[in-house]
Order: sequence, then C-alpha cells, then structure tokens
Amino acid sequence: MIQKVKMWAKSFTLFELFKGLGITWRNMWRKKITVQYPEEETPVSFRFRGVLALRRYPNGEERCIACKLCEAVCPALAITIESEPRADGTRRTTRYDIDAFKCINCGFCEEACPVDSIVTVPESHYHMEERGENIMTKEKLLAIGDMFEEKIAKAKKLDSEYR
Amino acid sequence: MIELLVQAEPLFIDVLKILAILIPLLVCVAFLPLAERKILAYIQGRIGPNRVGPFGFFQPLADALKLLVKELILPAASNKVLFSIAPIVTLAPALAAWAVIPFDEGIVLADVNAGLLYLFAMTSLGVYGMLIAGWSSNSKYAFFGAMRGAAQTVSYEIAMGFALVGVVMSADSLNLTTMVMKQSGGIWHWYVVPMLPLFVVYFISAVAETNRTPFDIAECEAEIVAGYHVEYSGIAFALFFLAEYANIMLVSAIAVLLFWGGWLSPFQGIPLLEQTFSWVPGFCWFFAKTAFFVFVFIWMRGTFPRYRYDQLMRLGWKVLIPVTIVWIVLIGFAIELHLPPWYV
Repeated sequence: MIQKVKMWAKSFTLFELFKGLGITWRNMWRKKITVQYPEEETPVSFRFRGVLALRRYPNGEERCIACKLCEAVCPALAITIESEPRADGTRRTTRYDIDAFKCINCGFCEEACPVDSIVTVPESHYHMEERGENIMTKEKLLAIGDMFEEKIAKAKKLDSEYR
Repeated sequence: MIELLVQAEPLFIDVLKILAILIPLLVCVAFLPLAERKILAYIQGRIGPNRVGPFGFFQPLADALKLLVKELILPAASNKVLFSIAPIVTLAPALAAWAVIPFDEGIVLADVNAGLLYLFAMTSLGVYGMLIAGWSSNSKYAFFGAMRGAAQTVSYEIAMGFALVGVVMSADSLNLTTMVMKQSGGIWHWYVVPMLPLFVVYFISAVAETNRTPFDIAECEAEIVAGYHVEYSGIAFALFFLAEYANIMLVSAIAVLLFWGGWLSPFQGIPLLEQTFSWVPGFCWFFAKTAFFVFVFIWMRGTFPRYRYDQLMRLGWKVLIPVTIVWIVLIGFAIELHLPPWYV
C-alpha cells in the first residue's frame, strides 16, 4: 500500500524525469571530449598495423631474401612473390606484390619475416586515387619503407622490450 | 513615399506588420536547429558544429543552401498534387498562428476576441499536412508515420484543450491580451501558480503535439526511418523542418502567454527590483521566457528516451485527461469562492 502511494507520488511529481534532466544539465557543463580531427589526433600505438612497407639495411641493400614465409603465412593470399638468383649469387625477389584490397592488416607477414623486411607502419594516413593502385609493387613498398624508416625503427625499438 | 502608400492602401501597413513578425520568426526558426545541435552536443560531451563561421554560426545558411540546390524528387507512385501541397499545408498554419500572439501590450497583428480558439484551430490544422504528406507519398513508412502522428496529435489535443479551458475559466476571456493582463500584479499572480498541474499537462501535450522526443513516434528513426516526410527531399523537406521548429516556438509562446505572464516582468510588485528592471521592454521578457521553454524542449530531447506507442496513448487518455478534468473542477470552486489573489 505504502509502496503504491510512493510510486504514485513519484510519478505525479515527475521525480525521475527531473532527475534525468538534472543529469543532462550537469553534463552540459562537463569538459568536452571532442578531438578536432584534422588539427588534433588521438595517440597511435607503435603496434598499430597501418600501411605496408619493405625495409632496407642501412647500407641500402634490401632486406628481403625471398624466403616466401610471408606468402605462406598470409591468410588472405594477398602476397605474390617470384624470385631468381641475382648477379652476385644471392637469392632476391623479382616480384613482390601485395594486393592492398585482399590484405587484412593482420601483421602475420611481419611476424613471419626472419629479416624484418616486410613491416606494417604505424601510419594510417594513406589513400589511393586510381584503379590498380591497390597492387603494391616491390618498388612502391620499398619507397614507403624509405619514407617511414625512422618511424619503423622507432616502433621496432619500442616493441622489442615486449618480445 | 511610404505615407502615400499607407494612405492609398491600408493593406500595405498590414503587409509590413506581417513581415515584421515573419522575418524575425523565420530567422529564429533558421537558427533553432543550430541551437539544438549545439545543446545536444554539449549534453553529450561534444562541441557540435563549429566549422562554418565562428561557433558554427553560419551553419544554418550552409544547410539552407544545400537544401535549396538539392533535387526535388517526386516519387513515381505518389499523388503528385497532394505531395506538393503537403509541405505548404504544414508550414502555413504554423506561421499563420503567430498573427494573434501579443508580443507586448498592444503589439499584436490581430487582436482577435477568440484568439485562443484561433490558435487552437491553427495548431490542429498542422495535422492535415502530416496526413496528406504521409498518404500521398505512397510509402509504407510515411503512411505509418502519418497514422501514428495523426492519432497522437488528436489524442493529445484533448488534454491540451482541457488544460487551456482552465486558463479560459480563470481569465474569463478568449482574448490573449486580456489573459495576460489578468495575470499582472506580480509573479504570484501568474496562472502557473494555481494551475501548475494544468501547465504540466499543457507542456507534455505540447511536446506531443509538435512530435518531439519523447513523443516523436511519428518520426521515430529506428522504426519508420523519418515518418511522414521520409519521401521528401530538398526544400520540401526543409519546409517540414521549418514548420516543426515554428511550432515549437509557437507552443512555447502560448505557454508563456497563458501560464507565465506573457510580457509581464517577473519583478512586478517587488519594491526594489521593480524599479531596477522597469527599463526592460515587455517583449524582452516575452522573448526570454519563450526562449527558455524552447530550450526546455531541446533539453528534454537530450534527456528522455522515446515512448512506446501504447504507453503514449495510455498517458494521454488515462493520465493527462483525468488530471485536467479534476483540476478544472477545483478551479471552478476557486472561482466561485473568489480565492485570492487570482480570482478576486
């Protein structure tokens, strides 16, 4: 009985509605959490798996030795590798294509690579403008690697602590 | 030149008066969506539009331009004539109703004796636009939206009407200016004091009448996309939008006039404060009060979830209408007994 009277009093004084309005009123004065995107960005983890790249040794020699472990481990079958012995007798890739549309950015290739050649760069700002640009050729991947080498080295160093 | 025109054509002065009301009104209506977006954003911890002009001030202009240049799509299966006139039928009453709203003592376009009845008739006409739009679109979502909206508006109109009957009884008049003047003499003379339950009922019904959250089942994005105006695009859609916001301002203005003393200063009758604030013109108080209730509309939208349809009907018929009837009887007694300070 008392319960019922209480319930009626509560619903006729609109008690809970005013409580709700109070909550939204307080929230109106709360600090705003918007990140103004082009000017500001949220922090990115060094483990972020963004654009793909092939690295070089400091002397300019490409790291990839065409072991094809990345091709084997790739769950999306995005990597295509063809290889031949080079003039100096080392085994090198003649073709190293990654289809960016097939790629699911799982990072398995990076884990499989014995020479840290193929890497995912913690960089999300990239795009393509023409059809066919989704096929990342060896030249392109190496160029991206050259461009982001500093970033890659830093990310690898930070990550090495946890390996 | 103007004097000549006035002499030649008394209609000219009326047109000027209409423009003097409509232009500020439409400017307010244009900036209301921006205010709404800002307030909702603030409630949700966001900043809201801030890219077009300072604080997004020119956002309404950008939106209007976008809607103007967009294609008007006439659905192939729709009734073309009704489809085109529906937005006009919705907007026209929402604007026409402002004719009898007194902004200050004597500042009113048409000082009609049956002002309240006219207002009631105009706000009720809006439902035709909704029905026509929903039916002529020949789309199941639009049709559902129109049906829901019409049923809801008609139900809540009764509660709203009864709530206003209390005010009419107290003021003994249907003229809005008289109603406000009867409330003069201080903040405790305002009709909201003896008729707080009626005001609450009126405000809830007003929210339902304008199809705003928590009673926006006529639009109800989650279930029926956008309700009765789902098939509209471009400027036709903008007209529905304008009508909605004009209606929000209208019902807020009516609430202020009938319950909150219209243009009367809240400091009336308080010795020191009355003199301090005597320089504030009446219409400023009227605008401030109206703006507050418009804000409450937006505030409520940011707070409450949507009612279910059967809950909405239950609230309208089984709660609000009984409450108003009981309170009307009580007011009848109060008037008979000449209860001071309202009924002397």
